[in-house]
Amino acid sequence: MALAKLKIETTEARLADVEVPQDGAAWGNAARADAMARVRQMGLPTKRDEYWKYTDPTSLTTLAAPEAALFRNDEGPLFDAVDRVKIVFVDGVFDSEASDDLSAEGVEIDRLADAMTTDIHWAKDLYGVLESRGQTPVDRPLAALNTALATDGVVIRVTGKATKPINFIYLHKNVSSDAILHNMVKVEAGAEVTLLETGPAAARFSKLLEVDVAEGGTFHHIRAQGRDHERRAVTHCFARIAANSTFKSFTLTFNGVLTRNECVLEIVGDDAVAHVAGVCVGDGTDFHHDDTVFITHDALNGESRQVFKKVLRNGATGVFQGKILVKAGAQKTDGYQISQSLLLDDDSVFLAKPELEIYADDVACSHGSTSGAIDETALFYLRSRGVSHDDARNLLTLSFLAEALDEIEDEGLSEELRDRLEGWLSRHS
Amino acid sequence: MLNIKGLEVKLEEEDKQILKGVDLKIEPGTVHAIMGPNGSGKSTLSYVLSGKDGYEVTGGSAALEGEDLLGMEPEERAAAGLFLAFQYPVEIPGVGNMTFLRTAVNAQRKERGEDEMSAADFLKEVRAKAKSLKIDADMLKRPVNVGFSGGEKKRNEILQMAMLEPKMCILDETDSGLDVDAMKLVSEGVNALRSEGRSFLVITHYQRLLDHIKPDVVHIMADGRIVKSGGPELALEVENNGYADILAEVA
Repeated sequence: MALAKLKIETTEARLADVEVPQDGAAWGNAARADAMARVRQMGLPTKRDEYWKYTDPTSLTTLAAPEAALFRNDEGPLFDAVDRVKIVFVDGVFDSEASDDLSAEGVEIDRLADAMTTDIHWAKDLYGVLESRGQTPVDRPLAALNTALATDGVVIRVTGKATKPINFIYLHKNVSSDAILHNMVKVEAGAEVTLLETGPAAARFSKLLEVDVAEGGTFHHIRAQGRDHERRAVTHCFARIAANSTFKSFTLTFNGVLTRNECVLEIVGDDAVAHVAGVCVGDGTDFHHDDTVFITHDALNGESRQVFKKVLRNGATGVFQGKILVKAGAQKTDGYQISQSLLLDDDSVFLAKPELEIYADDVACSHGSTSGAIDETALFYLRSRGVSHDDARNLLTLSFLAEALDEIEDEGLSEELRDRLEGWLSRHS
Repeated sequence: MLNIKGLEVKLEEEDKQILKGVDLKIEPGTVHAIMGPNGSGKSTLSYVLSGKDGYEVTGGSAALEGEDLLGMEPEERAAAGLFLAFQYPVEIPGVGNMTFLRTAVNAQRKERGEDEMSAADFLKEVRAKAKSLKIDADMLKRPVNVGFSGGEKKRNEILQMAMLEPKMCILDETDSGLDVDAMKLVSEGVNALRSEGRSFLVITHYQRLLDHIKPDVVHIMADGRIVKSGGPELALEVENNGYADILAEVA
C-alpha cells in the first residue's frame, strides 16, 4: 500500500541528507542497510497513525532535535552507593574516562562500534534481529531508524552470574544534542545480570535495547529517566525470552515533555516469566508520557505482568497502550495487565488502550485500567491522625505507586527510587 | 475539656439539617456516652468535631480546652489533642502500619513544636503498647488496616490512640463488628488510657459496651439534639425499653 502523503514528506525530510554508516564489518553494514530499507518501506510515524493516536511523534522525526534546557539536578547521582560497573555516555557518546573498566566477573562488555567492526562477533546474531522480529504485527519505524543509524552503545554478553550490576549513565550536557544509542544484552543459559540505566541522555534521545535471554537466564532491568523537563525520548526494548528464564524491567520517569517507552517482549520457551512495570510522575501541561507494551506468548506456561502507574497533575498527560497476545498453543498462559493513573486535578489526562488477543483456550489473562483522584476518606483518616494535608496526599500517592515499585526485586534499589519519588512529590506539592 | 454550644450543622450537598443545636460539656477525666436511634446525628457530631469535609456549621461553637475547634484543619485538631476512633477504619494499601503510626506521632509533635521521637524510643513504645492490645509484629508491619479483621481494625484504632495520647477521645461505634472477646480487649485498651487529664466521648447503640467502659454521664440524642442526660442507669433504661419511651417523654 502506498504511504500517505504526510508520511512520505515526514520520512523524506528526516532522511534527506542521512547516510547509513557503512564503516563496519560486512554483517554490520548489511544490518544497517536492511534497517534503513525497512524505515523507507514503513515510513516514519505521523500523528495520523493509529499507534501514535495519543502521542504526537512530530518532534521525534524532525531533522534537528528541539532544544532542551539543561537541568541542574540538586540530588546526588542515583545508585551511588551501589557497587556497579559504570558506563557513561555524554549526550549519547561513550565517555571512556568517566566510565569504569569494561570488565567484570560473568560479563563480556564491548562498545557497539568495536563489535560492529569485528567480523566474527556474537552481536551479529542479535543486532537488529530482535528489533526486526518486533516489527510484526505493529510497525515500529523509529526502532528501525535507530538500528540503521546508531554508531554508539554497548553490547554485553553475560556468561555467568554477574557479580555487580551494570549501570548505563546517560548525561545531558548539550541543549541540542540528538543522541542515538543501541545497546544489547545476551544472557547465556543460566546466566544472570542486572542492568541499571539512569539519566536523561540528551535533548532528544533514541535508545534501543535488545535483550536475548537464553534458557534459565535472568535479566533484571531498572531504569530512571532523569528529571530534565524539556527532554524528549523514544526508547525501545525488544526481548526474546527462552524457556525457564526471567525478564523483569522497571522504569521510573520524572518529568520530560515527551517520553515514549516501547517494550516488546516475546516469550518463546516454556515456563518463562516476563514482567514490565513503570511509574511516571508529571506536573504541567507540557508533560507527556507514553508506555507502549506488547507481550507475545508463544510457549506453554508463560507468566507475564504489566504494571503501570502514573501520577499526573496540573494538566499532565499519560498514555498507556498495552497488549497481551497469546498465540495458539501457548496454553496455561498467565497474563496480567494493570494500568492506573492518579489524577491530582481535573485538567490532567490519562489515555489507556488495554488489549488482549488470545488464540489459546486454556489461559488466564486479566487486564484493568483505572483513573482516579486521591481517596478523600483516606486523606481525612490520615489528617485526623495529625498528618498534614500535603504529607497525607504524598503518602497516599506513594501508596498508589506501591504495587509498581514492588515489582523491583532488589529492596535497596526500590527504596532508593521510592525516596526520589518522595522528594519529587514534596517539591511538587 | 470539650465544650459544645448550640451546634447546628447541615450537609453541604443536600440542604439537610442534621444537628439542630447540640449542647455538651465534658469535664477533664470524665467519660460521656451518647446513645440514640439511627439517624439521630451521633456520627455527624463526631465527624464535625474532627473536621471532615462535607458538613457546614450553621450555628453554635465547639471548643477544646477553650480553643475554637471548628476553625482548625483536621490535623490541627489532632495536634490540639482530639482523636476520633473511626467506626470504619480506612484501609491504606502500600503504607506500613508502623510507618503510618510514626508519621502521625511525629507530625503531631512537630505541630506542637516538640522534638520528633527517635526511632528506638518509638519502636520500644509501640511494641509495648501493641502487646497489651494483642497486636503482633506482623500486624504492625502490614499495610494500614489492609486485610485486618473487624476486631483487628478496632484494636489498631486503640493502638493509635495509645500512641498519640490525645486529651479528648471520641469513639464512634467502636463496638460495631466486634465479638465479645474483641470488645473486652478493646475496652481494656480504652480503660488503660483513662486518666485525670483525658476525656472520652463514647458513641454507641448498645449498652453492652458501657458495661466495659463505664461512663460518668449518658446522653440520649434524637433528631439532632441531646434530649436527655443522666447517669449510667439511663443506658440500662434504653437497653430494657428502647428509645420510644424516652422520646415520648421528651416530645
